[in-house]
Amino acid sequence: MLTREEWYAALAERHGAELQKKFADASVAVCGLGGLGSNIAFALARAGVGHLSLFDFDCVDVSNLNRQQYFPDQLGMEKTAALSETLRRINPFLEITAQTVKLTPENIPVLLADCPFICEAFDRADQKAMLVNTVLEQLPLAFLVSGSGMAGLDSANSIRTRKISRRFYLCGDGTSDVAAGLGLISARVAVCAAHEANMILRLIAGHTEA
Amino acid sequence: MVKVNGKQEAFDGMTVRAMLDALQCQTDRVAVERNENIVPKAQYDTVILQEGDHIEVVSFVGGG
Repeated sequence: MLTREEWYAALAERHGAELQKKFADASVAVCGLGGLGSNIAFALARAGVGHLSLFDFDCVDVSNLNRQQYFPDQLGMEKTAALSETLRRINPFLEITAQTVKLTPENIPVLLADCPFICEAFDRADQKAMLVNTVLEQLPLAFLVSGSGMAGLDSANSIRTRKISRRFYLCGDGTSDVAAGLGLISARVAVCAAHEANMILRLIAGHTEA
Repeated sequence: MVKVNGKQEAFDGMTVRAMLDALQCQTDRVAVERNENIVPKAQYDTVILQEGDHIEVVSFVGGG
């Protein structure tokens, strides 16, 4: 059985001990556990981020399996429970706080109060805007990374990370709207999720440029 | 003139809401930064754009 020391040493050898300590000491909130959030959480868990706060109100559905990190035997489970289970298979030592709740302007300032790094990973445009506005208005110390525009099968090269302001970063192509009839396809959604996760890891490491 | 998403626009003197209307943005899907600070939603009718302001309007699209 893998020990905590073996796990940490393996990551420190690949990432460097100083960087690995920063990852291990970090806490990240992932808001929404769909195609973006489940892939973001995978990347952060594999990098050895020490603590993840997971938020979603939904259950695993067959329509999720084309792009989200769930499995047929998890159908019907709450996404928070299903993803926590899988993340612990990646890193048995990961600390997880998972809450099955719909985030709102009222509860965000409370539930995300202690989160220095926040990933927006919702699917609806109005909900993305709600989270971003609430965090930027009410949580003045948090860094926020959001995703907008990853539907369809355009080039992966059009997805990028932009720094909008001192503590707000936006990933995606900015325009590919699922409402325009474009489907969400595994690889392109994962590219956007990887942009979000990479920006979070850069911020943890102390890099503030996009 | 006001710089909006990198483009010069004659929006000085307008409220944030009037600017969003002129840009045909849906206010429930945007975040507006003015000179690197978020404009609270509750102030869209009262914040007046000033000459030289740098505005970033982020219009979110669906999918995730």
